[in-house]
Amino acid sequence: MHATRRALFGLASSLALLVALPASAQEFITVASTTSTANSGLFDHILPMFQEETGIEVRVVAQGTGQALETGRRGDADVVFVHARAQEEQFVEEGYGVERFDVMYNDFVIVGPGEDPAGVRETDTAADAMAAIAEAQASFASRGDDSGTHAAEKSLWASAGVEPAGRWYLSTGSGMGATLNTAAQVPAYALTDRGTWLSFANRGPLEIVSQGDQVLFNPYGVILVSPERHPHVKAQAGQAFIDWLVSNAGQAAIASYHVGGEQLFFPSAQ
Amino acid sequence: MSAPFGTAFDLIVSGDPALYEIIGLSLRVTLSAVAIAALLGLPLGAALALARFPGRGAVIVLFNALMGLPPVVAGLLIYLLLSRSGPLGDLALLFTPAAMIVAQTVLILPIVVSLTRSVTEDLWAEYEEQLKSLGATRLRAVPTLLWDGRVSLLTGVLAGFGRASAEVGAVLIVGGNIAGYTRTMTTAITLETSRGNLGLAVALGLILMALTLTLNALAWSLGQWQRERIG
Repeated sequence: MHATRRALFGLASSLALLVALPASAQEFITVASTTSTANSGLFDHILPMFQEETGIEVRVVAQGTGQALETGRRGDADVVFVHARAQEEQFVEEGYGVERFDVMYNDFVIVGPGEDPAGVRETDTAADAMAAIAEAQASFASRGDDSGTHAAEKSLWASAGVEPAGRWYLSTGSGMGATLNTAAQVPAYALTDRGTWLSFANRGPLEIVSQGDQVLFNPYGVILVSPERHPHVKAQAGQAFIDWLVSNAGQAAIASYHVGGEQLFFPSAQ
Repeated sequence: MSAPFGTAFDLIVSGDPALYEIIGLSLRVTLSAVAIAALLGLPLGAALALARFPGRGAVIVLFNALMGLPPVVAGLLIYLLLSRSGPLGDLALLFTPAAMIVAQTVLILPIVVSLTRSVTEDLWAEYEEQLKSLGATRLRAVPTLLWDGRVSLLTGVLAGFGRASAEVGAVLIVGGNIAGYTRTMTTAITLETSRGNLGLAVALGLILMALTLTLNALAWSLGQWQRERIG
């Protein structure tokens, strides 16, 4: 009985040792970014190059744009890397961010069931496409989560002169991938960034039905969280990451990321 | 429907270091949380069974109710606590494995406390006379009762392990699902689902369930062995 008890104590204390986590000696920064960027696989492609060059590890937390900016506001990230220009500029104006840099862009596409019940393929502009979907009351799956993509969708409805409401309008309140999973099942139309779409594996009957309109342009910006507002922010390492992203090396790394032979992001640093 | 089984098998035999890292982190976080919850919860539960104080009923009801605390709510509260703008921000624990251990401990402590209290109360009712005649006070009886109830208590600890290893809401919020650092089995499953890699997601789920099954089989064997010894 004593031997058993000793064995159990040994087990308990070795379990407790697991709690003492090895501290990583390496320098790291935390970047709050968007689910669409992370889901596209871009970070897996470019971050090893940055780490090799500088020795800085980048820890990416993927959230919706709204949540990523909130993470920056609270000081829980050193850098934010998102795609909702108006919100980014507000973030800098309020003093939470130092300065916004253009990094790259991709574009949004409208996807929908291949048989295209609303006749979206016949339309010329993105606004007309949205109007056709509303006119036909064809199912549309919306992010509904205040993300950058959701913001772009709302401005498209506004330019189409439509207040989306009714049983055909499905507000999923979830990320891009989850929304596409829903759209593939219903099936429904949806607005998605091209990056997520190209690397998305569960397309079902969905195809691209509208693309190429200027208003579907989706620019990404990167901002250092203000060290004045949050003194613990790793300003030097964070700025090094931003400098690399907008440098020739970083821009080339972004341009070299392909999925299925297609380039996903286009460098746009000034 | 059989494809995920093939994917799971391929994943395991491929020896992909990223997969083993994820499994290792999941086990480290969950077993740490279970160990802490057991170290705190077993004595606390037993004390709650034997002690008499005003408001005891309210404390018991509170712990029972906390067994149903939604993981995402627990995660959010701990997020606000550990955030740089929160009261414990200086510890810099947000988006680390330590934060995930804290979250899971909070989730499973009520299970361990409540089940321990229930087991100990029954044992006390059975052995009260005997223990008192040996001169044991209520406080002194705690270790004896815990030892006597060890087989039943193991079930409570396993229930805690089950809740911790299965949950995703809390670790996703406080850990951030950072690749190679705070990505666990459940957050990886969520990520692969959102990428539309449903087969890979199910395969990861199968591996997680195989791990849980193995651990439960070990615990059950330990319990059987103890039961036979007690005879």
